[in-house]
Amino acid sequence: MSFEFFLGSLEIGLIYALVSLGVFISFRLLDFPDLTADGSFPLGGAICGLCIYIGVNPWLATLYGTLGGCFAGMITGWLYVRLHILQLLASIIVMIGLYSINLRILGAAPYIMGETPNMAGSPNLPLLNLKTIFTPFLNEDFSNQYIVQPLIILLFVILFWLLLNMFLSTRKGLALRATGTNPRMASAQGIKTGGVTILGMAISNGLIALGGCLFVQTQGGADITIGVGTIVIGLASIIIGESVFPAKKLAFITLSVIVGSILYRLFIAIALGNEFLQMIGIGTEDLNLITAVLVVLALVLPKQIKKWIPKRGGKI
Amino acid sequence: MIKVEDVELTFNQGTPIENHVLRGLNLNIEDGEFVTIIGSNGAGKSSLLNVISGDLIADSGYILINDRDVTHFPAWKRAGMVARVFQDPMVGTCENLTIEENLALAYNRGKSFNFRAALNRKRRLLFKDKLTMLNLGLENRLSDMMGLLSGGQRQAVSLLMSTLQPSKILLLDEHTAALDPKTAQFVLELTNKIVSKNQLTTMMVTHSMKQALDYGTRTVMLHQGKVVFDVSGEERKKLTVTDLLNQFEKVRKEPITDDVLLLD
Repeated sequence: MSFEFFLGSLEIGLIYALVSLGVFISFRLLDFPDLTADGSFPLGGAICGLCIYIGVNPWLATLYGTLGGCFAGMITGWLYVRLHILQLLASIIVMIGLYSINLRILGAAPYIMGETPNMAGSPNLPLLNLKTIFTPFLNEDFSNQYIVQPLIILLFVILFWLLLNMFLSTRKGLALRATGTNPRMASAQGIKTGGVTILGMAISNGLIALGGCLFVQTQGGADITIGVGTIVIGLASIIIGESVFPAKKLAFITLSVIVGSILYRLFIAIALGNEFLQMIGIGTEDLNLITAVLVVLALVLPKQIKKWIPKRGGKI
Repeated sequence: MIKVEDVELTFNQGTPIENHVLRGLNLNIEDGEFVTIIGSNGAGKSSLLNVISGDLIADSGYILINDRDVTHFPAWKRAGMVARVFQDPMVGTCENLTIEENLALAYNRGKSFNFRAALNRKRRLLFKDKLTMLNLGLENRLSDMMGLLSGGQRQAVSLLMSTLQPSKILLLDEHTAALDPKTAQFVLELTNKIVSKNQLTTMMVTHSMKQALDYGTRTVMLHQGKVVFDVSGEERKKLTVTDLLNQFEKVRKEPITDDVLLLD
């Protein structure tokens, strides 16, 4: 594995660390199986891409993309809380709806710029040579791209990791965690579990969309397909993090999610660079299959390990 | 303090499994009363507690707490007025939150869950102090996960949590039923201590006739969603478990042959 390839994997791992933190909020903290991610990740990317394309400040574009994700999450939460649609189904509905919306957003940019005569959807939007949040830090020949981009994204990850942990230690954050584990107890303590769920879903999908915003800016374009499997990648990262870096304190659990996301990318890179696997003809097209196998392994292995650890319990 | 007027409640209305649990129930509880509630399975004991706490909303009738109509308030809106301890120790506390986090939630009961820190030094000291009163050694385990505690310990903490915010009403739904006899006794004594110390208006659902008479100041018997027997004061002091049992057979119009009620 070359150094550039390693840094590239690290960069993607860090971007998906934000996504994984979002997935962690919905799946682990709120106990809300949320597939909106597959739609909110490209939604963030599409909104961000559109804004950058039409000349909005890239930082603002990133913010708008993130807010778009928040909004998508709120809708999923609202469908569940107010309309009592099953969690999984509510998120699938939003995900499917977002697919069309994302096509529209991607197609809107050239239309707004007067490059196409009519407003049609598009599966992609190139952002090459446009001003992104990374542009001011790059050399003219992009030679430092491999170093600068992961560094800036690392700062994002650290910032949002800190913010998330700060939030979770507030009364609101505690209310969110209580709602996820024991909604009956939570409402007996005066917590508006419905509102808290919607808030949590907004934060979760906001983080996922932020990942999408950074992703399109590093990849030089937004594409409708970037969302496929987002949720599985997020879950894989969480599970890998939990198994290689088991933690009790919440701050370390969220850190393990980040580590899990980076490790996942390195595993993938190693798997794709493996000579034996290349010899038997496994390539990038098998990425999702490898992911699926990794998730199964990561799901099964911790349970096997747990069998060896005796349970603790107190008695009066 | 608590007024329940003509409350009706039906589960699964209009389906083959329709169940009319509360049928025009009336109950008036004065400030400071400790009411024990008995009745056979399905008499409506838990449902009564649930319509008062807001876990269930009555189909018709009124629930007044402190002269305030709360009939249609959701549970979270009543949390400031009503504290509860559930039958299942797993329901009253959050197992994957630490002891101190559980206490912090209860300490905020009925208040706004805002963006201020949930825990600080002052609160930790207070929680430590309160936990010391339980005599379970939990004061040194503030940052342990709740899930590590036994059922009895969790019920004891639940009781403590119900007193962290000054609400005047405590609802106990067979909160010792899931515990072994010795632990149940401990939790009951603790209940008595906490109720008298904080002068709480209490409703305690129990399956045990003896408990119903040994604890509290008033005993209410429910049958088919109605109050059928209500005793307090001198009359109650003279009452024995056998009397209560006779009363029970009278309303059921059949002798008690099964173990629907515990006599001990």
